[in-house]
Amino acid sequence: MTKSELIAKLTDRYPQLVAKDAELAVKTILDAMGKSLAQGRRIEIRGFGSFDLNYRPPRTGRNPKSGSKVEVPEKFVPHFKAGKELRERVDALL
Amino acid sequence: MTLTKADLADLLFDKVGLNKREAKDMVEAFFEEIRSALETGDAVKLSGFGNFQLRDKPQRPGRNPKTGEEIPISARRVVTFHASQKLKGLVEIHYAKQQQRRTDK
Repeated sequence: MTKSELIAKLTDRYPQLVAKDAELAVKTILDAMGKSLAQGRRIEIRGFGSFDLNYRPPRTGRNPKSGSKVEVPEKFVPHFKAGKELRERVDALL
Repeated sequence: MTLTKADLADLLFDKVGLNKREAKDMVEAFFEEIRSALETGDAVKLSGFGNFQLRDKPQRPGRNPKTGEEIPISARRVVTFHASQKLKGLVEIHYAKQQQRRTDK
């Protein structure tokens, strides 16, 4: 499912709303989630999951093409942990 | 300071002009549609944010850490999230700015 398919499903679900509203809602939600993580603020959605930042210490990497050493600075990367309901539903039909 | 469904509903009220009830329902529906897609085995790709994918894991041997007793961990399907380059970039830029502020002090 892509972002546009998600927008289409929400539009079907809320026929009383203007199609543009579902599109704006999806963009607003994703934008807020991205900004939140970008500010180091975690996200917790009950029944869906949580998004956190994981720390990656600095390391010496290698350029796979030339083989030369590159210093990779420390950084934070986004991490998602599925919540109970999502975990159980995804596994249920298996 | 955590972002929650209530915060997202407030934003839909402010920015999209949905009423409180609609905003709350829309946030719930947003996550429910993603859960439903994943439940049916369909991966979800949200460009600019990231992809939710499914991974089938085979059964593997496990151990009860308390008793040391061996018990198999059953085969299962799990959700993995891969942040987009854009989201990873946003997170790194923020970190770099924070470091800059620290060294400026």
